[in-house]
Amino acid sequence: MTDTVPVPVTVTVNGREYRAEVEPRLLLADFLRETLDLTGTHVGCEHGICGACTILLNGDSARSCLTFAVQADGAEITTVEGLGSEDALGPLQQAFRDHHALQCGFCTPGMLMTVTDMLQKYPLATDDEIREALSGNICRCTGYEHIVRAVRSMVEARDAAEETP
Amino acid sequence: MSPADDLNFTRPQFVGASVARREDPRLLTGGGLYVADIKRHGMLYIAFRRSDMAHAEIRSIDASAALAHPGVVAVYTGEDIAQLANPYRATSRMKNYQATFIPPLAHKKVRYVGEAVVAVVAESRYVAEDALALLEIDYAPLPVLVDPESSLAEGAPKLHDDLESNILAEREFARGEVDAGFAKAAATASGRFHFTRTTPVTIEARAAVAEYDRRTRTLELHCTTQIPGIVRDKLSEIFDIPGPRLRVIAPDVGGGFGGKTSLYSEEIVACAIARDLQRPVKWVSDRMEDLMSTGHAFDEIVDAEIAVAEDGEILAVKADVIGDVGAYSIYPWTATIEPVQVVSFLPGPYRIENYAARVRAVATNKTLTGAYRGVGRPISVFVMDRLLDMAARKIGMDPAEIRRRNLVNDDEFPYKAASGLVWDRSAFQACLATAREKIGYDALRAEQEAARAEGRWVGIGVASYAELTGVGSRIAVAPGMPINTGTETCNVAIDSTGAVTASFGVASQGQGIETTLAQVVAEALGVKIEDVDIVLGDTSAVSHGTGTYASRAAVLGGGAGTLAAQAVREKIIRVAGHLLEAAEEDIETGDGNVWVKGTDRAMTIRDLARALYSDMGRVPKEMRDDLGNLEATKVYDPFFGTTTAASHMCLVEIDPETYKTQVKRYVVVEDCGRVINPLIADGQAHGGVAQGIGVALMEEVIHDENGQVLTASLVDYVVPSAVEVPSMDVIHVEAELPNTVGGFRGLGEGGTIGAPACIANAISDALSPLGIEITEIPATPERLFRLIEAAKAG
Repeated sequence: MTDTVPVPVTVTVNGREYRAEVEPRLLLADFLRETLDLTGTHVGCEHGICGACTILLNGDSARSCLTFAVQADGAEITTVEGLGSEDALGPLQQAFRDHHALQCGFCTPGMLMTVTDMLQKYPLATDDEIREALSGNICRCTGYEHIVRAVRSMVEARDAAEETP
Repeated sequence: MSPADDLNFTRPQFVGASVARREDPRLLTGGGLYVADIKRHGMLYIAFRRSDMAHAEIRSIDASAALAHPGVVAVYTGEDIAQLANPYRATSRMKNYQATFIPPLAHKKVRYVGEAVVAVVAESRYVAEDALALLEIDYAPLPVLVDPESSLAEGAPKLHDDLESNILAEREFARGEVDAGFAKAAATASGRFHFTRTTPVTIEARAAVAEYDRRTRTLELHCTTQIPGIVRDKLSEIFDIPGPRLRVIAPDVGGGFGGKTSLYSEEIVACAIARDLQRPVKWVSDRMEDLMSTGHAFDEIVDAEIAVAEDGEILAVKADVIGDVGAYSIYPWTATIEPVQVVSFLPGPYRIENYAARVRAVATNKTLTGAYRGVGRPISVFVMDRLLDMAARKIGMDPAEIRRRNLVNDDEFPYKAASGLVWDRSAFQACLATAREKIGYDALRAEQEAARAEGRWVGIGVASYAELTGVGSRIAVAPGMPINTGTETCNVAIDSTGAVTASFGVASQGQGIETTLAQVVAEALGVKIEDVDIVLGDTSAVSHGTGTYASRAAVLGGGAGTLAAQAVREKIIRVAGHLLEAAEEDIETGDGNVWVKGTDRAMTIRDLARALYSDMGRVPKEMRDDLGNLEATKVYDPFFGTTTAASHMCLVEIDPETYKTQVKRYVVVEDCGRVINPLIADGQAHGGVAQGIGVALMEEVIHDENGQVLTASLVDYVVPSAVEVPSMDVIHVEAELPNTVGGFRGLGEGGTIGAPACIANAISDALSPLGIEITEIPATPERLFRLIEAAKAG
């Protein structure tokens, strides 16, 4: 079961290139967390339901628990570590903080990556649309109310910026 | 500008402000440290082979193939662990209670599907899991007890040979003249209520990292617990290791909701193996393991009946509760915690003089039940508030009105409830009245009439409850348990660098208590919030503490923090009186400064610390001998605890094609005393209601007749996503502040306590033209379809 030949993988994560040899069965989530020590990406269910492991894979949100590391060969990945730092939170991170859109923080990295993707692609014109966009990420602490408010503030900022010539 | 140039010293108030959480920057950037993130040099990984049989004798275990697998280091069975760990069980002084031993790995028998049987230790988690498949376990099946009523039956096979029966606990309550109450009734209502089994589903599944340091002979356990102190104290007995050499740390923990308030087998096994192999070991639960092994919730059948007078007055209530508590009596809470709480809280916030109830906690071949957000109270409110609505319908009274007539009035506090609990003054009536106003109750009723005329199933729900929070030493959290849950400890220390540290026995699972406790301590001490370091979830921080559960951390932790900060402030004032040459009563502290009121004579607390600790000569020896240091440890015991009350109101609509219930509006009005941080308080209510919506509409652990778990993934066990949860309004009503230090009441569980009843009432209201009363939840589309079809068939 483990007598497999390691496969070389090259990925760019948060702008930095990494090269490693991995077992073909190594999950991308485990690769990020264990091999690259990027433990901001969390694993909540390992079957693609909870969304805690969501990352951006070539710009699209993807479940890193349902992806093998070898599938990401040559890809550009963004994880929560790429959105900002403790001293300089990114705008979405700041909106989550301002609206108290996180409690335990375990689902938060996946939530942030999903919202990053959704803000780029969808109008999110109503709260119903925002809730639909969030529906692939389970949060057990917040009851979603403050997350919706944080995303709403981001949508408003985005739309205002687009209107400004 | 030095402080001395500034006459505008202030003593800001932090309690009551929506201060941004200090936890957030790290948690938002991947900088948190959860147990699964921990790595140690030479660390090994544990995987558990769990029972796929609900009840069986273990005839043999053949681990030879697993041991021969490359990368496998060791294999442990129940017999091996029994050599490494002393046996334990959850004892209680409660009458008619039988404790069960809880084997860390199944020994001789398995008693539920998901019970850990063998631990494989390997160089990687992947290899450890590979080797699980190579274990050969020979089971001889035993009769399976799935239905608690068959478990109760005369001659039923016993789950534990050393016990008298499968009834782990039995208790009765009685007050007044119940039969006389029923004899006078204008109407009665009754039902067999079923509150099915749920499971907490923290998004972070449980995990443990154990390591043994040979040099200091210290065992250290990082785990996802809410109760590091309780875990440490029990592990000390299990392994015969004194407390100072046994450290339990709960770092960032990804949600708890009560599911992480028990001592778990995996924690014991990890410690045993780390000490045995003298290597760090790690276990991280996968979701299937979590759904089958983390303490389940609720699971009660309640036969209950209410008698009311024509004016709606409750004349009597009786209830008979059967709690299905699973295979063992959970540590430390015992099998009593959930079902006994159902009968203790069933009379709720209402004036009920005549009450009789019986409860039996029954063992079955299922996962243990334990504490889950609300503990017992969600079902007691479900039963009581369903009965009230059913009775109201019979006498033609509005649901809000029948509550107004029966809620304990402001002038009746303290009120001793029929089960013996005492309610201190809390805004029972004001919460109901405010909820009514906020949701626009009368207008909503008119809208409902219009919707009904169109044939839509639209319903309005009301539920009111009271809960005991911040419970002190007078009342044990679970009856008769030999653990002190009534006190908490805080040490506040200013060291020789002038830095302030406040250390607590409570732990955080995301409630924001690093922030709220910093607010409380900073205000009481007179320093900036950001200047207070908060230490939580580490048994080396204070000599005794139990943790965070039962809506207690803000009340007990906040109380202990206030007392300790006040004691340190007194020391500061004594030193400042000398250094600033002023009378102590003229000294004030604030923002990290200490000054003589109305003057420019001031210094920083940092400079004061330097004067006391380092600059010999500035503070006289007598004063230094007397004060010792700028440090104080205080233990806070609220003794009785305090009452938190709330009313919930909601609007639901049932889709006539899918039978799915959509909660469209939701209002929570609660009295949680003095609010420390309004934004955080709102978040607690939102999260609690969302879990209550899950309980009411979606979540159910289902076993088949063989005790197999049919809901072992998040595809089958469905928790609410953002589309199932409505926008919510939360309003805080402050009645007379309670007698707790700081005036805080607990609020963590409330949302989950009120929501199932509120939503079940709304659904029943929506379907009242069909004569349907909801008595079983979750009210899934399938259950509603069956009820509606049966009603239509007449």
